[in-house]
Amino acid sequence: MSAQGVERLLLQLEIDQLNAAYAAALDEKRFDEWPGFFVEQGKYKVQARENFDRGLPLALMALESQAMMKDRVYGVTQTIYHAPYYTRHVVSPARVLAQEGDLVMAQAHYAVFRTRPGDSSEVYNVGRYIDEIVRDAAGLKFSSRLCVYDSEMVLNSLIYPI
Amino acid sequence: MNAPQTLSRWAGPGSSRVPFWAYTDAQLYQRELEKIFYGEHWSYVGLEIEIPNTGDYKLSWIGERQVIMVRDRVAPRDRGTDHGIRVVENRCAHRGVRFCQQPQGNARSFVCPYHQWTYKLNGDLAGLPFKDGVAATDADGAPCVNGGMPADFDLKQHGLTKLRVAVLHGLVFATFSDEVEPLADYLGADVMPWLARIFKDRQLTLLGYNRQRIPGNWKLMMENIKDPYHPGLLHTWFVTFGLWRADQKSRMVMDSHGRHAVMISRRNDGGQNAAVTQGVTSFKADMALGDTRLLDVVPEPWWAIDDPARPGSTITPTVTMITLFPSLIIQQQVNSLSTRHIVPRGEGEFDFVWTHFGFADDTPEMTQRRLRQANLFGPAGFVSADDGEVIELSQDGFRQWGEGGSTLCELGGTGTEATEHMVTETLIRSMYAYWRKVMAV
Repeated sequence: MSAQGVERLLLQLEIDQLNAAYAAALDEKRFDEWPGFFVEQGKYKVQARENFDRGLPLALMALESQAMMKDRVYGVTQTIYHAPYYTRHVVSPARVLAQEGDLVMAQAHYAVFRTRPGDSSEVYNVGRYIDEIVRDAAGLKFSSRLCVYDSEMVLNSLIYPI
Repeated sequence: MNAPQTLSRWAGPGSSRVPFWAYTDAQLYQRELEKIFYGEHWSYVGLEIEIPNTGDYKLSWIGERQVIMVRDRVAPRDRGTDHGIRVVENRCAHRGVRFCQQPQGNARSFVCPYHQWTYKLNGDLAGLPFKDGVAATDADGAPCVNGGMPADFDLKQHGLTKLRVAVLHGLVFATFSDEVEPLADYLGADVMPWLARIFKDRQLTLLGYNRQRIPGNWKLMMENIKDPYHPGLLHTWFVTFGLWRADQKSRMVMDSHGRHAVMISRRNDGGQNAAVTQGVTSFKADMALGDTRLLDVVPEPWWAIDDPARPGSTITPTVTMITLFPSLIIQQQVNSLSTRHIVPRGEGEFDFVWTHFGFADDTPEMTQRRLRQANLFGPAGFVSADDGEVIELSQDGFRQWGEGGSTLCELGGTGTEATEHMVTETLIRSMYAYWRKVMAV
């Protein structure tokens, strides 16, 4: 394999690690760590596929900074009343689509299962991550993560980030 | 049909105790579809801006019947009087096929895939294959015609079900009923000014959709938006930031039947006020946003109108929540605007479709603001996610008890009058008073 090919493969592995750590933080409800996967002015959006495909700007969740993400975490942990549940994220290997300087564009598929106390697991939200990733001193961070979900119906509510 | 059994089951006078079976009885639900959704009521179908061009259509629902809202061709001479919007049932007149499967698109005509029956945009049957049979040669070699529809088959008698349509300020309503009064009368003079305030003479822009499936009876969603008691208790954001709470100036309006309502209020500065925050666990005295853009409220000129109840004075609400029976909620909460459409799916479940919109003359900053404030609403909203959750828990509670239980809606008494405050469940009582009449229970 060429040196360039190896470098590319390493980058993909590094992004897979990032995705795995991100998923583990959410599934283990370490929500306070979640904004730290983004740069300070990072953007996070969860958007229905129909809006994405038709160019309609509305999103289910649209956060524009780490501070806004922290506000969401406060909502998740303190203010939004919801029946308890936990999630399990299954994320596909990333595809690195482009690199422009320090910016990497990558995508991965995800499936999130929901399990509520006393209940069986159900398919909760399925879609893809459309990511813009940058490298800082601590490693890779998202400058933008857009979750475009196929699921035509949200199963009642969506409280935790995807 | 054991309807009489159901008839005898509503115990007690009035409408302040709603029996659990009103939410859990499958047979009763079928009668609700017939009497309410397919009966003498107007139902919301969509917004005119969703189908801007001739041939544009979108699928929608009235009760469990799927309908197509489509923009028909209109001759130039009719353009002053015909809005061109048609609503037809998505069910082929031939074999009952739900023929249209694309949620939205543009069509010259509708063709059922099964036997190619073809309909005009207005639902008229345009033609069908082999109507006049197929030319062939018989056993003796003479020309003949095989098959075909009967000689008296009349295309005009076999179109799609065409609904009556009414368009009000860009909102499209339809009904299966030939009897129901015109839409403006159906909505009533007390409700109309509040629709005009948001929609009249305004060009809307479509911002997008959110959809959620809520495991509860459809009426629970109507109740939720006729219930001014809960927002300042269930929703931390409302009580803490003063978006909706019991110390605000507010008004509960309803139509003469009690079926539609408007909850009107004006936000205050939030913060401590022992009368409405003491002991309220959802109130967070020290809560502050890390990024205040989430609640960057900018007043808009159209918020102020001549007060319909006090001619000569002005009223400037920051929030109006309009419930139009049976299936539409219209939300203005500060800069966030949406229609919310209830689509029932059996007695224990409904889909809830949010259509967010702005106005064509919005600045890019205002559009951005509306989109940001959308974080409060919808299935993931800082505020509204709670509502779906408690509706599911309500239905669970009704189901586990079964016969004999009822809810208690007696905040502010047992009457059904309009009020100048929000410490009341009057709008829920008035809806059930109407519902009892329609359902004859």
